[in-house]
Amino acid sequence: MSADITAPQITPTAAMIRTLGLVSTICGLIIVGAYLGTFDAVQANKRLALEREVFKVFPAARSMTAFHALPAGGVAAAGSGEVPAGSVKFYAAYDEAGKLVGVAAEGAAKGYADTVRILFGYVPDCQCVTGFGVVAMRETPGIGDKILTDADFRASLKALDVRLNADMSALANEVRTVKHGTKTKDWEVDAIAGATITSRAVGKAINEAAQVLLPRLVPQLDNVKEKK
Amino acid sequence: MSTAAPRTWDEFMEGIWRQNPVFVMALGMCPMLAVTVSAVNALSMGVATAFVLICSCGLVSLMRKMVPKEVRIATYIVIIATFVTVVDYVIQAVSLALYDALGAFIQLIVVNCIILGRAEAHASKNPPWPAMVNAAGMSVGFAIGLLALGVVREILGAGTLFGVSLFGADFQPWVIMLLPPGGFFVLGGWLLLFSWIERRKQRRVASEVAQHA
Amino acid sequence: MHESAFQILINALLANNLVLAMFLGLCPFLGVSGRLETAFPMGVATTFVMLVASLCAYGLNILLTAFDLEFLRLISYIVIIASAVQLVEMVLKKYSPGLFRALGIYLPLITTNCAVLGVALFQTSRDYDFVQSVTFAIGGGAGFTLALVLMASVRERLQLSNVPDVAQGTALSLMLAGILSLAFMGFAGLGG
Repeated sequence: MSADITAPQITPTAAMIRTLGLVSTICGLIIVGAYLGTFDAVQANKRLALEREVFKVFPAARSMTAFHALPAGGVAAAGSGEVPAGSVKFYAAYDEAGKLVGVAAEGAAKGYADTVRILFGYVPDCQCVTGFGVVAMRETPGIGDKILTDADFRASLKALDVRLNADMSALANEVRTVKHGTKTKDWEVDAIAGATITSRAVGKAINEAAQVLLPRLVPQLDNVKEKK
Repeated sequence: MSTAAPRTWDEFMEGIWRQNPVFVMALGMCPMLAVTVSAVNALSMGVATAFVLICSCGLVSLMRKMVPKEVRIATYIVIIATFVTVVDYVIQAVSLALYDALGAFIQLIVVNCIILGRAEAHASKNPPWPAMVNAAGMSVGFAIGLLALGVVREILGAGTLFGVSLFGADFQPWVIMLLPPGGFFVLGGWLLLFSWIERRKQRRVASEVAQHA
Repeated sequence: MHESAFQILINALLANNLVLAMFLGLCPFLGVSGRLETAFPMGVATTFVMLVASLCAYGLNILLTAFDLEFLRLISYIVIIASAVQLVEMVLKKYSPGLFRALGIYLPLITTNCAVLGVALFQTSRDYDFVQSVTFAIGGGAGFTLALVLMASVRERLQLSNVPDVAQGTALSLMLAGILSLAFMGFAGLGG
């Protein structure tokens, strides 16, 4: 190393560039190798996890297809080319006969510690949300994670009214989370006592996602009613 | 100079006790407090960090003669970031649940002071084998620190250990142990314990010296 | 997610304080918070680096997604942060050499500050738009500075009190941090 400093045969800048170039190439190869090597496994894992959640929300479902609700209206099956920005992804769940059981969509809202990501199930016939599953959350164990187990909370989400207003541009009534025991309307979510923040996150997530998705989805229901 | 085998063992043990990154050098704290809410998470983080530490030190050591000193920090950072990216994808491929539990802290391994510190202080001056052995020792030391926290926080905060319930259904968990303040308190507690042990040892040595004088 | 800028600011500053609730930036938090006069400038310097990093990360992310190169995200973020720190060092050296010397080794250590990289990573994973990202960076930096200043004030006072020998040093700082963290838990839900 000291020999280089006393009698440089190449300019220091060239040496630096050469080293950085070599390091970048080696590292680039390692990263790309790891990415490609694990790509299939990661995709399989994600698909499995998603399927599990959708089937948990709709126990009668046997298969599902992913769709995009496009910003200009209309639905396109996922995987059929470019997805325009602002599209909302949803999953149509079908039973054995290929008939629509319900539509599952993702929602996210800030909870106590970080984002709470849920998958909620919408049944077109009753125009209501019938249940939800948690995709990812980091809420307090024993407090926030009661949303997974609390029976009253789940019951208040068994028939959550999310019908559209007259001109089908938004929900007729905003989904709101109310204090434990004060639920009076069908579009209210009964919060868990002592876990208000996390309960509110679930309500907010459903509301925000439904406000965007349902006005686009409901006019197009015929396109997804039968499994193609 | 002693023979090769004892030196390797010394290199390994140095990272576990005398220069334990957690309890002695107080490095790598961010991931430590954040992921040690359960023993499983703590262990996984230890394994991930070990992988990055050993591989980075290996590569840094292999390239040590080629890296001009002006760009060495940048080079080390790029190498470390590479292996962290690899670990990130491997964990996603192995278990998505674990990936969600560890969260952003997998990618934050890249700014773990331990790794850059080892690369700079040791790997850049030693051949690959001693560098990787020392890195392995450091990783074990770090993992021990992580486990020490994870085990205490899980037992107190959830009544379980590695998911196995210890005290039965009537146990009232001390939930604060799983929240940020608990992390600070438990680590502070461990450091207090070590400080107390150290002082007792010093007093005993001092009293022995006084006796023999 | 439709968090308003104000909500993000309050959350990053208080309810989800980067240091006391999210465990980011602990090394400088325990290392630099000995004296108030170094703690505050350190916080400001870190906030500035966070802001630059956040802006660059936002732009980089758009580029990387456009070219399907997400696997290069971590490397590019950390390189940007290292460069931003170099920039701050040069600026400080030129315009405020006293401060540059006072901060000493801790200035280049901002590169390994989890909080800076954490801000960039969180804004990416939460899909914040431009305004949200900038607010998050400023709020996060302000929260970091707040925690640092609080810690430094208390530690300065403690130097004059009778702390048992066994607890001196890092153990004491950690206990302090725990109490501060406990206090900040009271802000939960403030950001709506």
